[in-house]
Amino acid sequence: MGLGKPKVPGLFKGLGVTLKTLGRTVTKGADTVQYPHEKEAPPIRARGVIALHEDNCTVCMLCVRSCPDWCIYIEGHKTLAPPRRAGGKPRSVSLLDRFDIDYALCMYCGICVEVCPFDALFWSPEYEYSEPRIAELLHDKEKLGEWMETVPEAPELEAGADRGKK
Amino acid sequence: MSALAVEIPYWGQSLLRVLAGIVAVLLPAGTIVYVFLFKMMSFMQSRLGPMEAGPYGSLQLFAEVGKWLQKEDTAPEAADHRVFKMAPLIVLLSTFLLVAAVPFGPDAWLTNFEVGIFYALAVSSISVLGILVAGWSSANKYSLLGGLRAAGQLIAYELPLVLGVIGVVIQAGSMNMQEIVVAQNDGAIFGWDGLGNPYILTQFIGFLVFMIAVQAELTQPPFDMPIAESELVSGYMTEYSGFRFLIFFIAEFATVGVFSLIAAVLFLGGWGVPFAWFGWDSVDSVDNWMNVAGPLILFTKMMALSFLIMWVRFSFPRFREDQLQRFAWKVLIPLALANIVITAIIKVAL
Repeated sequence: MGLGKPKVPGLFKGLGVTLKTLGRTVTKGADTVQYPHEKEAPPIRARGVIALHEDNCTVCMLCVRSCPDWCIYIEGHKTLAPPRRAGGKPRSVSLLDRFDIDYALCMYCGICVEVCPFDALFWSPEYEYSEPRIAELLHDKEKLGEWMETVPEAPELEAGADRGKK
Repeated sequence: MSALAVEIPYWGQSLLRVLAGIVAVLLPAGTIVYVFLFKMMSFMQSRLGPMEAGPYGSLQLFAEVGKWLQKEDTAPEAADHRVFKMAPLIVLLSTFLLVAAVPFGPDAWLTNFEVGIFYALAVSSISVLGILVAGWSSANKYSLLGGLRAAGQLIAYELPLVLGVIGVVIQAGSMNMQEIVVAQNDGAIFGWDGLGNPYILTQFIGFLVFMIAVQAELTQPPFDMPIAESELVSGYMTEYSGFRFLIFFIAEFATVGVFSLIAAVLFLGGWGVPFAWFGWDSVDSVDNWMNVAGPLILFTKMMALSFLIMWVRFSFPRFREDQLQRFAWKVLIPLALANIVITAIIKVAL
């Protein structure tokens, strides 16, 4: 093997790259953002936090079962709702009592969002929800509902894209 | 000290020298860490580096030191405790011994050794002992591997380090670092003395060999196999924490500074400016203000050389272990030997 042909021009090229970056950072500023002082707007499809649109949830438990970390807790009960048409039978519906996501366990895989058949779960790019106490990372359904405000409008589909079954 | 107006008693001189030695080690180390490690490295990676502690993060170093000092001083249970605790001090000791030989001005020296450069190169290898001892006493296979790699590397690069200096010694006709400085600033290039005769011009190969060997002696990338964090965690430093790690850290960057000082003395004319500018003809006729200006000039030259070391450090990826040894034995040492032969022939012929 040996050292091979000495790559001297490559060495100088390498030194040039670092020196050029040094000059650019000094004159035009760094590529990074001084985080607590100035914030970077994450891309709208960034995976920050999962928001819950409670009205869409049917307590089907698909998200709970598909979660690899078992970090979603759902409790619900059946109740009777007024019939759709006059004189009909009362409908049986499920009501959500508890919907918790433990972000101390969540690994942001997004399977729950994907698997939800009724569009009750959404990704929000909001990322500032760290807590001094780990127990407070368990977000209940009220808190998950508040995140809905931060969910951006879904981007327009591309022309010719499959619009899905729903 | 005779050039100073005030007679200082011997104990006072000794105290002053100890203080000056501490300043001469810690001041460059702190400056190098802040200017190069914190700021230049960040800028080269298009980020700003520490910005919170003090203006532009200038007090970050104190924050780091404070953090390390309050950490627990841990040692592995199986470690050889006495040796384990001693090792960082041995490494730091060699740095302090090194700076003793560096002249900072016509009278501003700590000791005026006749064989100063010989002494400096000799004590610089004490740090190898410290590193080897640290690696062995940690009772950790990664530390041991790091220590052995360090020993192999430092011994291999000690040779080109010494051989690179010999050209300078031949040309100056002295091993006394003060006389090497005087020879450079008193010299002339083909009768033109406007620049003196800094040996970086005539001994450029020696300078190159010396700087590469220094880079390896300091275990700075691309020669950082002993502390290769991706293979050996942190090599011989793996098991150290708290202030013992801090001492290793200080020693690493203080040694960058001290080796840059020595390289500046050997190749860039040290504390001096070309004597012809002010019409001086020997070291005794140099004005007294050079005792103040000299250290500043030397410091500037040191920063320039540290910039080179750090620039290379931040630009190149790590060598492989066998490439490193091959580079020392098959490239640097023959090159240095050829340089010595040619220098000697020219010296005799002229």
